[in-house]
Amino acid sequence: MSRDWPLWEVFIRSKGGLSHKHVGSVHAPDGELAVRHARDVYTRRLEGVSLWVVQSSDIVASDPAAAGPLFEPAETKVYRHPTFYDIPDAVTHI
Amino acid sequence: MTSVPTVARDDAALIDYLQRLGDDSLILGQRLTEWCGHAPALEIDLSLANIGLDLIGQATLFLNLAGEIEGKGRNGDAFAFHRDVLAFRNCLLVEQPNGDFAQTIARQFLFSTWQLALFEGLTRSAEPRIAAIAAKAVKEVRYHAELSADWVIRLGDGTEESRKRMIEGLDWFWRFVDELFDADPLEQPMIDAGIAADRAALREGFDATVNDVLRDATLPLPEHSRGVKGGRFGHHSEHPGHLLAVMQFLPRTYPDAVW
Repeated sequence: MSRDWPLWEVFIRSKGGLSHKHVGSVHAPDGELAVRHARDVYTRRLEGVSLWVVQSSDIVASDPAAAGPLFEPAETKVYRHPTFYDIPDAVTHI
Repeated sequence: MTSVPTVARDDAALIDYLQRLGDDSLILGQRLTEWCGHAPALEIDLSLANIGLDLIGQATLFLNLAGEIEGKGRNGDAFAFHRDVLAFRNCLLVEQPNGDFAQTIARQFLFSTWQLALFEGLTRSAEPRIAAIAAKAVKEVRYHAELSADWVIRLGDGTEESRKRMIEGLDWFWRFVDELFDADPLEQPMIDAGIAADRAALREGFDATVNDVLRDATLPLPEHSRGVKGGRFGHHSEHPGHLLAVMQFLPRTYPDAVW
């Protein structure tokens, strides 16, 4: 039966203020039931306060074969990390 | 000041009432666990197991309270594992076999829709311990009612095969619905005292919800069948004996076993 159902990616917001994070996937016949399945499969232990599901086929992904040109150029640009600045003591939560 | 014998009589009725509440949840919870590892999909396996666990949790609270009021040292486990069929007070609906997935959903939809209305009423119970259990459980049951209604709609308005099975499931279980709302001399004094919910008064809301969901599911109303009753007084079908044999085997065979 589940072979006939589309796959949905599941995202959970673990608490208010944090962003949704990908946790896994479920099979379901439609979005509404995908949310229910996600609730039943992934929030049994108080993992979250909000759920998103998106049909896996709707996700546009980068090409793993293109990882070189896409990501390697950043390797030599360490100056983009914000570690070259002194953060004033008064600034918290960074 | 109430005389002692009256208190005892009231307590006996309350203990019986708590067993009705607890046994409904316990028996259906046990039934649902039979799907574990056998459901049509992993996701449904977990859905049904979650509902089962919610129900067994409710049963534990109701039956522990029954034991506490009884004051003879029995707890929820004693009620669950050391009573025989005739002592169980669950309605006949919950003890019926699972059948196929559509049948299980039909039973769940009818039961949870009714139980939701019942527990909403019990959150206002004059017995604060019942009100507290109902307040916790009502959120669980709202989810059970919504999930099972979703499935009734999808199976009813699904394929020819799923529609046929959904109709058959609802027709089969409809005969056990009247018992859920049956007026009862045992509960009447507790209804008057504001402790128990008036089950007969829940019928109208139940019928309205069933009508709405079946309309969305493009399903006909179940065929009227003569109501079957008796579970509240221990007159059960042949099914719960087999269920209890599985459920009670371990604690009876190994009384000292601990988790």
